[in-house]
Amino acid sequence: MGKRFLGNMLIVAMLILAVTVVGAQTNVIKIATQSPLSGGMSAVGTDIKNGAQLAIEQLSGPLTKMGFKVELAPFDDQGNPDTGVANAKNIVADPSVLAIVGHYNSGVQIPSSEEYHAAGLANVSPANTNPKVTERNYVEVSRICGRDDVQGAVGAQFAKTKGIKSAYVIHDKTAYGQGIAEYFQRESKNIGIQVKGFAGTEEKANFDSILTPILASKPEVIYFGGMYDQAAVMFKQARQKGYKGMFLSDDGFDSSDASKIGGQALLDGKGTYFSTVSGPASAYPGTAKFIADFKAKFGSEPQPFAAQSYDSAALALLAIETAAKAAGNKMPTREAVTLAVRAIKAYKGITGVITFNGKGDLVKAKYFIIQVTSIDPLKWSMNKIDKVLEIEPPK
Amino acid sequence: MKASLRESLDGLAKRLNTGRYPYIVSGSLLFLGTLFVYLSPRSIPAFLVFVAAVSMVYFLKMHKIVKLSLAVFIAIILVPILGARNIFYLEVIFQIAVFSALALGLNIVVGFSGILNLGYVAFYAVGAYLWGFFGSQQAFLLHEIPGTAPQGTPFLLAPDWFYLFIFLGIIVAAIMGLLLGLPVLRVRGDYLAIVTLGFGEVVRQLANNLDKPLNLTNGPQGITPIQRPSLPKEVVDVFNAIVGPLVGNKVNINQFYNILFYLIALVVVIAAIVITYRLDDSRIGRAWTAIREDELAATAMGIPANKMKLAAFAVGASFAGAMGVLFAASRTFVSPDSFNFMQSIGVLTMVILGGIGSIPGVIIGAAVVIILNLQVLQSFSLFLSQLRQSEAVIPLINFHWKDLSTQLDPAKYQRLLFGIILVLMMIYRPAGLIPAARRTRELKGSEAESCNYIPEKGSEIPPGTANDSPKVPGEAPKGSGEAPKDEAAPDKEKNNG
Amino acid sequence: MRTVQVPVAVREIVRPLVRMTIFVVGAGAVFSAVMILLAALFRGSGADKLLLENQGVGILSYTISILPQVLIDGVTLGFVYAAIALGYTMVYGVLEFINFAHSEIFAIGAFAGVEFLIFMDKLGILAKASIFTSYILLLMSVLAGMMASGTAAVIVERTAYRPLRSAPRLVPLISAIGVSFILQDLIRLVESLTTGQFHRIFPTFGNFDDRVPLFTFKVGQEPIDVDIQVKSIVVIGAAVAMLVGLNYIVNATRIGKAIRAVAQDRNTAGLMGVYVNGVISFTFLLGGALGGAAGVLYALKFTRIDPFIGFFPGLKAFTAAVLGGIGNLTGALLGGIVLGMLESFAGAYLTTFTMGAMGAEYKDILAFAILILVLIFRPSGLLGEQVSQKA
Repeated sequence: MGKRFLGNMLIVAMLILAVTVVGAQTNVIKIATQSPLSGGMSAVGTDIKNGAQLAIEQLSGPLTKMGFKVELAPFDDQGNPDTGVANAKNIVADPSVLAIVGHYNSGVQIPSSEEYHAAGLANVSPANTNPKVTERNYVEVSRICGRDDVQGAVGAQFAKTKGIKSAYVIHDKTAYGQGIAEYFQRESKNIGIQVKGFAGTEEKANFDSILTPILASKPEVIYFGGMYDQAAVMFKQARQKGYKGMFLSDDGFDSSDASKIGGQALLDGKGTYFSTVSGPASAYPGTAKFIADFKAKFGSEPQPFAAQSYDSAALALLAIETAAKAAGNKMPTREAVTLAVRAIKAYKGITGVITFNGKGDLVKAKYFIIQVTSIDPLKWSMNKIDKVLEIEPPK
Repeated sequence: MKASLRESLDGLAKRLNTGRYPYIVSGSLLFLGTLFVYLSPRSIPAFLVFVAAVSMVYFLKMHKIVKLSLAVFIAIILVPILGARNIFYLEVIFQIAVFSALALGLNIVVGFSGILNLGYVAFYAVGAYLWGFFGSQQAFLLHEIPGTAPQGTPFLLAPDWFYLFIFLGIIVAAIMGLLLGLPVLRVRGDYLAIVTLGFGEVVRQLANNLDKPLNLTNGPQGITPIQRPSLPKEVVDVFNAIVGPLVGNKVNINQFYNILFYLIALVVVIAAIVITYRLDDSRIGRAWTAIREDELAATAMGIPANKMKLAAFAVGASFAGAMGVLFAASRTFVSPDSFNFMQSIGVLTMVILGGIGSIPGVIIGAAVVIILNLQVLQSFSLFLSQLRQSEAVIPLINFHWKDLSTQLDPAKYQRLLFGIILVLMMIYRPAGLIPAARRTRELKGSEAESCNYIPEKGSEIPPGTANDSPKVPGEAPKGSGEAPKDEAAPDKEKNNG
Repeated sequence: MRTVQVPVAVREIVRPLVRMTIFVVGAGAVFSAVMILLAALFRGSGADKLLLENQGVGILSYTISILPQVLIDGVTLGFVYAAIALGYTMVYGVLEFINFAHSEIFAIGAFAGVEFLIFMDKLGILAKASIFTSYILLLMSVLAGMMASGTAAVIVERTAYRPLRSAPRLVPLISAIGVSFILQDLIRLVESLTTGQFHRIFPTFGNFDDRVPLFTFKVGQEPIDVDIQVKSIVVIGAAVAMLVGLNYIVNATRIGKAIRAVAQDRNTAGLMGVYVNGVISFTFLLGGALGGAAGVLYALKFTRIDPFIGFFPGLKAFTAAVLGGIGNLTGALLGGIVLGMLESFAGAYLTTFTMGAMGAEYKDILAFAILILVLIFRPSGLLGEQVSQKA
């Protein structure tokens, strides 16, 4: 640790200090995102960031007209609670951040949002389905995705309408997948579907060994709680092993890559279905436009939760705009933005009509049960809506 | 040309480190750093200057009492005040403290006794889940679906049991350390590495799977809320009354918890440092070194190698256990995500980056990794992202930042940078940022320079005071360019054994 | 080993084949026997009753009815692990150092092979491919993977390991971890710059998804078909070829002799005129190429790849190498097969036998527990005593 190193550093420090002091403008509004941008979960995490980025680019017009510059501040939580909390403190310390879109893992969102709560910063979550996220009744935390306990139940009820009597439940051992699977199991038992087995696996590629007992028990449906990258691989391997029944999954399955992986296996037998809150493009023109814009900008199909992230950022922008207007076209306070998020009524987003209840859940979430009808990834958004269920979150 | 520049710089460094210069340097640096951070609480360079100033207090040659009082002043007064201005810094310092303790613990196993442990984070998990279970409502939720809790479930224990659980964490983790240590008695070298790695994975997966048949850990959902020790409102009021004007804004109770946890972590780390120093210079420490260098010879000299190895595992694990309890309370949340293999590798990296076997080294290692990870890389990518959203243009080539491909987002490539740093460090400075004193002596061999180290040998005699004396002179590592070659001989022999 | 009656070339091809057969049959027999014994012990237990109630079969006949399928899956998985483990074990044998970056070398191979096939797909060649050409294409993609991985391994060795060759053991280990980070993100960077995303999907072509019926047997009334996927046959075949080829190179060629010499004593080998650096580079080339081939096979079998896929198979393969006795080619094979069987059996039977209390998720825990047990009783792996011989 020679002093020359220190001396150099001092000079650099002075320079950057000067830059940051000069560069700090008063009319910059930042919307932060937190999601895993590096590591194994980054495929989804990056698109959560990209969804928000697209929303800010497309929808920040009104705020720009009012003389603000809206910026995105993307943070990488690495899917790790430590990093997430540290970032949260960093975000909270920046007064120009007025809203945070974020977190992919509920395990990161829950401790991080304690910081948002302490600082009164509005957090709109695109992907955290764990009931605990809103059960804490923090006014700062709202989410536009469904809840595990609702979505699992939706899946079970749908299975019932198809006359299914037995199911095998698999999940990916993450907070998200397991949560949904648990509630699917519970609801199935309530409505008389026999659950032949319930298992979790962290395996990403090789499902041979767990498929053997599944196939031996001959369930009418295999339910997978988790993301498409595992679900589609497993479904494909199950078909190849001769399974003829139905596959059912959750909104983590909503990616055109699922059809690339699964291929014909998804259409064979009794087909593949998944539940999602995000309206398919065939029903929502907004979704079609979003997918087109997203592809034009980032060069790839949006992953699950990108659309939710777009809507989250859009809501944040709208709330900031309302609060800024109320403050006489001045920089609004965080409290005002927080309240404005909850005050938004019947916002028409690309994932549905959004109104929050007192906890921060959607008042009535619309769940689409979608059947995969084509193995062509380009036709993913044209998949058939099999059923639409509107369900209120538990009180 | 280059050599003469280097010499003159060395001369300058030496001059600055004699007489009254160190006092001036550290005093003014500290003042500057504090001023920077105070005036510009969100600037990361300012924070880095502050950190550098603090570490200078350690490295410069000053009177022991001055050093100690400076350190106490910084730790007790300066950091909380600056931290209250920007809580993020407290978090960074808190994490540095937590990971320093982990690195110190791992250093005992890897650095002192030479046993590679790739599953160290398991002990951290044990501590965290210990308080996670007893400090939450989990004991009443054994038959609930993971992640649900009926309204009004009581907590098992009062929040202030936390302090007792720090000690329990130490004991339980030490017992786990002994358990893991048992295979050590037979398995060696790289086989041991895989055993410890397996152990780490087993503990994580147990945490992930033990929601059935009895819901002990809540599985992947993690346990929350976990209680924090109670904090009377008066304490916060007193703090606000005394330093409030300096801070400039009122600290609320949630923010004050950051200060509280920082102070607890500080106490644990200081305890860990003292214990490590005393162990290093004790009979046990020398026995560890002997085992590391040549187990056969050590056993022949009458050192009970098995017992000593078990002791290393137990002591190393206990640090992590204590920090685990602290971690669970400060986060109010534990989940298996925090204890994966990458975390073990991260701690190992801190140890090796800082200087294996070197106590100040591993602390610096922890600091560097944490600051890089949480501050420097993150803010660099934020900076680039800002550039991309601005109208800025790179002058000469007339390149608009806006046109930079979105795929080239540095936030996504933190691991890449981290990896490059690791590899370069290993190639150019394999003994770490601050090599261990013993290792430096080994490397320098019988060269004339060894007279430099005589004072240190003296300082080993009263181990109690070793804590704050500079064991490693600031200029020592400069000559370590030839380190690998010199070290080859003893190591090679070990391999063949 | 010492008696030279048969020509070396023939011996070194026949011997590993014989060993392989012994291992596969032996491990299969042991595992099956233990399982059937367990099932017999569990008759009349709660698990048995639950099974009767749910599926109408007793635990013993259930165990027997899925046994062949479990065995086939176990063997396939075992060969995949063995193929990856070879890379670890080669490098370890020569340098006594755990090449943590091998899992990324493996991923590079997978990407190179899959990118090649995707390119062919774009040209429209895949869609038109007959069975024969599809095998040729697969072979070409495996070669592409081997080339990419081999090159990458040599470059990594030259830049990140060679300068550290005489440093303490932990130093190259950390360097390897760093390299592993770098490679992961480099793959990601290159893939996302060129294709916009960084996960790729193995294109469907040829008859690899078909199933070949093997035999039918009866448990009670119900006839049970046992079949195997063409993919699995390809994977096993390729892994066998790799193992035999490697064994041949190491034990029956000049360069193999040099490798063994360097493994035994690098300095002395150098004095004897062996070009040590060249030999070490060649070892990495070989190990990397094997990893690359394994990567393509892995992609073929399990469809989706991303830059992080190497981690778990790498970890498992490393475990397999240690289980068998690291630094020992035969050991890697045995370790791989035992681990593959173990996982397959645990995944298939745990849920049933514990009535759902412990599911397939415990298979890794079981694998590591067995590893630790084996190491306690045989501290240098199953075939450890041959370690001194290395390679």
